[in-house]
Amino acid sequence: MALSRDEIREGLSDILEEVAGVNPDDVADGKSFTDDLDVDSLAMVEVVVAAEEKFGVKIPDDEVANLKTVGDAVSYIEKG
Amino acid sequence: MTGLGATTPLGGDVASTWEALTAGRSGVSPITKDWAEQLPVRIAAQLAVEPAEVLPRVRLRRLDRSEQIALIAAQQAWDDAGLSDDLDKERLGVVFGSGIGGATTLLDQDDILEQKGARLVSPFTVPMLMPNGPAAVVGLEFGAQAGVHAPTSACATSAEAISWAADMIRAGRADVVIAGGAEAVIAPLPIAGFASMKALSTRNDDPTRASRPWDVDRDGFVMGEGGGSLVLERRDHAEARGARIYAVVAGAGLTSDGYDIVQPHPDCAGGGRAMQLALKQAGIDASEVGHVNAHATSTPTGDIPETRGIKRVLGDSVVLTATKSMTGHLLGGAGAVESIASIMAIVDGIIPPTINLDTPDPLLELDVAANEARKVELNAAMNTAFGFGGHNAALLFTRA
Repeated sequence: MALSRDEIREGLSDILEEVAGVNPDDVADGKSFTDDLDVDSLAMVEVVVAAEEKFGVKIPDDEVANLKTVGDAVSYIEKG
Repeated sequence: MTGLGATTPLGGDVASTWEALTAGRSGVSPITKDWAEQLPVRIAAQLAVEPAEVLPRVRLRRLDRSEQIALIAAQQAWDDAGLSDDLDKERLGVVFGSGIGGATTLLDQDDILEQKGARLVSPFTVPMLMPNGPAAVVGLEFGAQAGVHAPTSACATSAEAISWAADMIRAGRADVVIAGGAEAVIAPLPIAGFASMKALSTRNDDPTRASRPWDVDRDGFVMGEGGGSLVLERRDHAEARGARIYAVVAGAGLTSDGYDIVQPHPDCAGGGRAMQLALKQAGIDASEVGHVNAHATSTPTGDIPETRGIKRVLGDSVVLTATKSMTGHLLGGAGAVESIASIMAIVDGIIPPTINLDTPDPLLELDVAANEARKVELNAAMNTAFGFGGHNAALLFTRA
């Protein structure tokens, strides 16, 4: 069964807290990884790898550049 | 010298470490990890306080253990010096070293590469394993912009760092320099490597008695992990802000043996010259040096050549100690932690004991604070550190 956007966002929030120390209360669709959540490019690599594992999706490197906000990432994972 | 910081096998800060040193407590214990079972050496001097108890979790993830130690020690030294962020960062330098660097990161990430593939290798691998990592992490933390340097001279590393730091100030490149060294390589490969050289004590059944510099029954050093940090500051800068001055780095000598990759020179020729250079720079007579915190690692081959050098240069009235009998050998962190012990000896008038010195080697020929701390008024104390590769450092501290 496909995960809902809320479930994906929650899973992503867990990853962000674990690898980058992001407060789960700050995680919302409109938040930018770099500008709002302080997730730099190296931390983003860890987030992507963990998300691939958790959600069973492939996120190619050239796609990562398009994932600017939490909402972008949720949508990408939702599409599978 | 206006700030001190340390995290060692004896304590998580300078106060607890110094208390344990003067009380003669050993920081050596069995390694309880499964991997130790297959090794000929199963003892080490492990940190008294885990970095995980001090640093936030995400910070820990991105730092090699040596960098964690460096950051903890440097933060303590910074706070102890009473420095604040309004310091001119273009006049703040860092000289911080590690003997071996991020070896455990290298080994851990190589396991991940082999078992899970390249994509799972941490993007922080390179900044964690690079030998300038501890210096870079400390420099970044405090925003140092006068220069961040990372001497790498094995077990002489952090003594050399203090010497470079003093040079930076003397050359007018900085007003304040955070110096020090950190090491954390208690892991199978580094232990196996040192054990293959027959450099480590194999007294596995009696850990606290294993590190015994100058004792006839010494059989090698005990590997330790930890580090120390010292804030060096131009005197008028320290006085202008009313800082407490622990002691003065009056002189430093750095030489190289040009003799052997690991064997010490039998007469401590290069080590002796380092001591002479430190005296010369300080402009004081050898007779004024009351105490040497010696390199003395507890190896059969290393301890006695050093004391020959000390006797030749400083005479035979100096009182020695080897705090490695308690801390084990902190490798790249040794010079910094032992310099802190030398400075505290001047400040408190106490020379910490050399424990386990039951039967002194007949070739020792010098006075050692054996097994009990000794109260003595000191105006000048020296720390020596020698490293594989033939690196020699001698630092001379005087009363503030």
